[in-house]
Amino acid sequence: MTDTAREPPPLHTDFHEVEDGEDLFPESPAAQQPQPASLPALDISTNSNGPKQDSLMDDDPEDLFAGATEEVSLDSPERDVLLSDGPSPAITPITPPTSVIAPRIGHAHDDMFTHSSFDEIEEEEGGDSFDVHISVSDPEKVGDGMNAYMAYKVSTKTSLSVFKQRDFSVKRRFSDFLGLHSKLASKYLHIGYIVPPAPEKSIVGMTKVKVGKEDQSSNEFVEKRRSALERYLMRTVKHPILLKDPDVLQFLENSELPRAVNTQALSSAGILRMVNKAADAVNKMTIKMNESDAWFEEKQQHFENLDVQLRKLHASVESLVCHRKELSVNTAQFAKSAAMLGNSEDHTALSRALSQLAEVEEKIDQLHQDQANADFYLFSELLGDYVRLITAVKGVFDHRIKTWQKWQDSQVLLLKKREAEAKLQFTNKPDKLQQAKDEIKELEGKVQQGERDFEQISKIIRKEVGRFEKERVKDFKTIIVKYLESLVQTQQQLIKYWEAFLPEAKAIS
Amino acid sequence: MTSLDDNSKEKLRSVSVDLNNDASLVIDIPDALCERDMVKFTVHTKTTLSSFQKPDFSVPRQHEDFIWLHDTLVETEEYAGLIIPPAPPKPDFESPREKMHKLGEGEASMTKEEYAKMKQELEAEYLAVFKKTVQVHEVFLQRLSSHPVLSKDRNFQIFLEYDQDLSVRRKNAKEMFGGFFKNMVKSADEVLISGIKEVDDFFEQEKTFLLDYFSKIKDSTAKAEKMTRSHKNIADDYIHISATLNAICAEDSVGVEIRGLLEGRVASDQELKLTELLRYYMRDIQAAKDLLYRRARALANYENSNKALDKARLKSRDIPQAEEHQQQCLQKFDRLSESAKKELTSFKGRRVMAFKKNLVEMAELEIKHAKVSLTAHPIKHTV
Repeated sequence: MTDTAREPPPLHTDFHEVEDGEDLFPESPAAQQPQPASLPALDISTNSNGPKQDSLMDDDPEDLFAGATEEVSLDSPERDVLLSDGPSPAITPITPPTSVIAPRIGHAHDDMFTHSSFDEIEEEEGGDSFDVHISVSDPEKVGDGMNAYMAYKVSTKTSLSVFKQRDFSVKRRFSDFLGLHSKLASKYLHIGYIVPPAPEKSIVGMTKVKVGKEDQSSNEFVEKRRSALERYLMRTVKHPILLKDPDVLQFLENSELPRAVNTQALSSAGILRMVNKAADAVNKMTIKMNESDAWFEEKQQHFENLDVQLRKLHASVESLVCHRKELSVNTAQFAKSAAMLGNSEDHTALSRALSQLAEVEEKIDQLHQDQANADFYLFSELLGDYVRLITAVKGVFDHRIKTWQKWQDSQVLLLKKREAEAKLQFTNKPDKLQQAKDEIKELEGKVQQGERDFEQISKIIRKEVGRFEKERVKDFKTIIVKYLESLVQTQQQLIKYWEAFLPEAKAIS
Repeated sequence: MTSLDDNSKEKLRSVSVDLNNDASLVIDIPDALCERDMVKFTVHTKTTLSSFQKPDFSVPRQHEDFIWLHDTLVETEEYAGLIIPPAPPKPDFESPREKMHKLGEGEASMTKEEYAKMKQELEAEYLAVFKKTVQVHEVFLQRLSSHPVLSKDRNFQIFLEYDQDLSVRRKNAKEMFGGFFKNMVKSADEVLISGIKEVDDFFEQEKTFLLDYFSKIKDSTAKAEKMTRSHKNIADDYIHISATLNAICAEDSVGVEIRGLLEGRVASDQELKLTELLRYYMRDIQAAKDLLYRRARALANYENSNKALDKARLKSRDIPQAEEHQQQCLQKFDRLSESAKKELTSFKGRRVMAFKKNLVEMAELEIKHAKVSLTAHPIKHTV
């Protein structure tokens, strides 16, 4: 209870739902919900912390308070509306409450738990200079027929203390990734964290692989998926909060993972998801929020624009990839034709020149193919990722609106109850009056909670958007530079080929 | 009005060489006007020959006039032993016009910058088609003027000089029908030519070579055209991509401006050169084949006349006519063969030279463009 929360060791601090993974559903914080009594506990913890200088978070005690609200809000009804995997956060095998913290103590996870402030975690991470590298490799087909699946090797190399080892790998299948994502989404999306979306399912693609067609397109499909999974994991661990999430750690480290059946499209959970998504869409249309904060309005508009632009860009790049592949095919055909022409030619020098031309064109064809791959993997896939990411960002904004709506609703309800109470004052029904008073008390708490939630999510979104935009600009710059470098290389190769051909052409007499 | 300066004309003239070397008759097309579907060429002649009325004059001509001239030459018996330069193809603005139309329709979905760039590309394409058609018509006339026999043709002179509209002399419907019939006869000739037993090694070789080469070059032309089109598509994609990227970067105020990503010019110049070369020689080889057909027909006639003579001798009737006829056929055939041999030999030389020139220029252009695109900074940082 509050007492346990008061005591040092600050291991217990109720801040980070991340490190308190197992604390998510313990009794104590839940009991705190109606009372502001939780405040004092946090004050103490505050004092036990190190410096709060952190550019990312405002330095008021409110933030630390925020920790409590975070886990508290996890109990709140709005969770149900989300992509709920049901009790999945509890599934993390580490679950049972406070007592479990003890075994963890001996662990490297220690560092994390001793720093009880959000700020310090950020600092520690900064100090480690983000040293996690994940690769997804060795796709292997397991099983046969329609029950077959692809198993991928997920290897992690890191020096971060949050991990048990420095270099390790596990085998995972696609639904494991989806399961991870849905857990993370249900935990963090509604609080305002931008959870990277998982790669998309593809029934057609997977069926071909299952059926066992060993051809170009199914190989391409597997490669595309492998690359997407890798990007997904890297993006997830780049997020400072998600990196320390026990589900993420478990995903990367544990050799066995419970099968995530709820990710199947046709499962009951899948259908529930679809229904919820539809409900969300309707709600979005009907909620009209009084935006008091121009920043949010501006950002929302910005993301709308960005969405449109990215989709357009993605379409153009896909068209480019397609045309480049066509060019490659046409060049190859021309090369063959030129070779035949060279054979027909009876003038020796010209014949040789034509054959050389054919060879040059063949090499150029190969160049085009490589360029097309670069187009695709560097550019197109990145854009696809960002289109989905922007959707996640927009979702987070929507959650904020929903949170606001909740707050407003409880305010309205409170007002009504107050009015009812006022009326009851004049009647002589003491027990009813008392009941009304109790309800009002409860509602007042709810209203305060709603306001806190709203401010919390607003704060987090601000930070997340800042981080996201920084990442995005960095990502884009890197990719564009890489892409242009590949173009430059292609041009240089072209020069080499044509310069080799030129003397042949000049030698015709 | 679009006029072409000498520099660009020089570049265009790589398809055929050794033209306009003879100063006694110099022809060029300095100007052309494009009106809807019609192109009006200004044919300018400078000559020292007395057969012309003036030393320096110009006349307006339409594409149909060129076709008339070509067909007239083909139908002239005397020139049966010559390779008649292929007729210039009809100006085809269909492709850029269609694209322009589509661009207009899609204008709303593009940024101003994008639209301007696309329009620029299209205008360049239009101009390229225009230049091409002028060149091809010009080369046709220059081939005629540099040919020792054809340059003296009366109809050619009329074409150059007659300052009235030529339409009265052009094909009317009846004649066009006749032309169609002639084409049908020609395909029968193809069968004929393959069936005929060739007496002369030279022609045997030429026939085999030309038939084979023609089909190969036709195939190469088609493939080269496909390549050009793919390059154009990619160029268009790049225009859209740089425009959208710039829009995104502008919003980010990151100060990165992606400028004209490269591929555009590539399509217009290099591949076009190659495609044009192949296309021109495809038609030229067809003209050479036509020469072979005529010779084959002459040979067939000769053989028929031989048979007729034998029959006449058998029947002891009309022998002198048959003999005379046979003599005529033989003479014709011999004349044809002799001139054909000359023509085909010089044709080969011309072709090899043109290929060389064109391939060299194409390679040089490719290198130049690749180098230029390397030095032109695609990214402009402003921060």
